[in-house]
Amino acid sequence: MTAVRSDTAVRIDGVSRFFGAGAARVQALDNVSLDVRSGEFLCLLGASGCGKSTLLGLIAGLDAPSAGTVDTTGRRAGMMFQDSALLPWLTAGGNIEVPLRLRGIRRGERRERVERLLAMVRLAGLADKRPHELSGGMRQRVSLARAFAQEADILCMDEPFGALDAMTRDLLHDELERIWRETGVTVIFVTHDVREAVRLGDRIVLLSSRPGRVAEIFDVDIERPRRIDSARVAELATTVTTRLREEVGRHGH
Amino acid sequence: MATESGISTQLRGRSTDLDPETGLAVDAALAGLDALDIPTVQRRPLAARAWAATWPKIGALALFLLLWQVVVWSGWKPTYVLPGPGKALSEFGSRLGTNHFWDALARTLVRALEGYALAVVIGVVVGVAVSRSAVLRTAVGSFITALQTMPSIVWFPLAILLFKLSESAILFVVVLGAAPSVANGVIYGVDYVPPLLVRVGRSMGARGFSLYRYVVAPAALPSVLAGLKQGWAFCWRSLMAGELLVIVPGHPSVGADLQNSRELLDTVGVMASMITIFVVGVLVDTAFNIADQRMRVRRGLVAEGTSAVRAARGGRGRGMAGGGVDPVGGSGDGTVPHQPVDGGAGGADGGHAGGAG
Ligand SMILES: Nc1ncnc2c1ncn2[C@@H]1O[C@H](COP(=O)(O)OP(=O)(O)OP(=O)(O)O)[C@@H](O)[C@H]1O
Ligand SMILES: [Mg+2]
Repeated sequence: MTAVRSDTAVRIDGVSRFFGAGAARVQALDNVSLDVRSGEFLCLLGASGCGKSTLLGLIAGLDAPSAGTVDTTGRRAGMMFQDSALLPWLTAGGNIEVPLRLRGIRRGERRERVERLLAMVRLAGLADKRPHELSGGMRQRVSLARAFAQEADILCMDEPFGALDAMTRDLLHDELERIWRETGVTVIFVTHDVREAVRLGDRIVLLSSRPGRVAEIFDVDIERPRRIDSARVAELATTVTTRLREEVGRHGH
Repeated sequence: MATESGISTQLRGRSTDLDPETGLAVDAALAGLDALDIPTVQRRPLAARAWAATWPKIGALALFLLLWQVVVWSGWKPTYVLPGPGKALSEFGSRLGTNHFWDALARTLVRALEGYALAVVIGVVVGVAVSRSAVLRTAVGSFITALQTMPSIVWFPLAILLFKLSESAILFVVVLGAAPSVANGVIYGVDYVPPLLVRVGRSMGARGFSLYRYVVAPAALPSVLAGLKQGWAFCWRSLMAGELLVIVPGHPSVGADLQNSRELLDTVGVMASMITIFVVGVLVDTAFNIADQRMRVRRGLVAEGTSAVRAARGGRGRGMAGGGVDPVGGSGDGTVPHQPVDGGAGGADGGHAGGAG
């Protein structure tokens, strides 16, 4: 518990991942090496199908690499999935409660925490709604609250804000940034949205497509707090987008 | 730095924030947006729902009785061989007043429940074991289905040789009849758990038993419930076959009554016993259906009291005409949606701010 933590939260070393066999074999990742620093906000950017979700699955320990190693240095990784992936038989509050129950937190405290988490994602009072009674964006926010409830050292987020309107998304950017700063959690954040990556990331890892490789890593030297519509964000976003276009274009998408 | 004290302890549920740029009360604005997202549903009065659920059944029953009566009137068989529904029902009604009827029914139901409970325990244990172990699956997986398709009556000669004409003989066959269905329900349920949900459970740290407890078991529930329902049907059938064949002296039962009436050429009595068997079947089926319906409502598999498939079909025509959200018609026996307007995009404008407070 009190052991000194290394500065590297995740060591990804020469990782490849194949799916299927024979003629249908697909290589999702090819020799990806990457160190994620402790407490870093890392954004993963890349075209659809380039292997971002696959890489997150490997980091979260849900899947094993075909070659290479993923080392989370004894840290616990939590995951927020691309589809909100709520358990359909539980209410919104019940979903958020599962990770708390799994960690053995007492009932009274659980209820309190669920309330707080729901308020944080702006869904206070909707604890008793079933997932199918919520909109796509609301489900994503419940999923976000559930991810926070895991209190993992490494938080993997797979396009968490994809289905949100701009206003809610901006608010949740602020909220996520604040929680990240206050807790020092390491965030690995997958997105399609270049501006979102620039708004949030310390670094942006650009993946190439088919198979996924690390194409380039951008450092985001813009002081926080940032605004998604500020000139400096827009400027870097343009650079990254140009590079992303090159990558996508090269693979004939 | 990342500490065990964690994240959610640091969360502050701030109730109202002002957006630094616009000065808008953002929470109020969001609440307005969210209010548009949630369909408000009004339930129809209980009496109306109960009526909607019962009248088709009453109609079907009346039609059946009418057909029966017509056949009797046609004079196809003499009335002492084929009595009309009136006679059979009045015999059934008069039996309700006798102690013998209730003793027989109680014994039959106790046998059914004992056999069923044992079958459920065995079925669940075998089902879980088979679903977890590849070896067991290849070993006994197909035997379970083969066992299920064996007519229960063929077990009786063996059961009688093993247990004589005793309660155990009946129990043996009832359990053999019902357990395979339950086991298969469990096996299929576990096989069809969506892998994504298992990943969700694992990502939250659920392993082994806790993964079953929080993800696998609830995800498999629909199939398990179907297996339980089918298991009951097999249990009830096996029991009736058993009670006709294995008559334990001094133990009155519904099946024994039925057999007695046949031996006395008492067709009215035979029919009264059959009505009893039918009524029990309907009542148990209704209970299963209520459980099934509840589960589907909770999981959003039921739209407005009808299946999602029907709802989608009904909604399409209107959705095209009206554009945007599809209001499902107030058909079925469920609820009538009170649909908020504004189907589409662009809901983020200030006009909705403060819509709900
Ligand atoms: N279980 C699987 N079986 C076979 N192929 C798979 C599997 N999972 C992923 N793939 C393939 O691996 C590649 C990478 O998929 P992945 O889901 O990681 O993409 P992604 O970058 O997350 O895309 P998106 O941005 O669209 O979510 C794709 O070509 C996909 O077809
Ligand atoms: Mg993905």
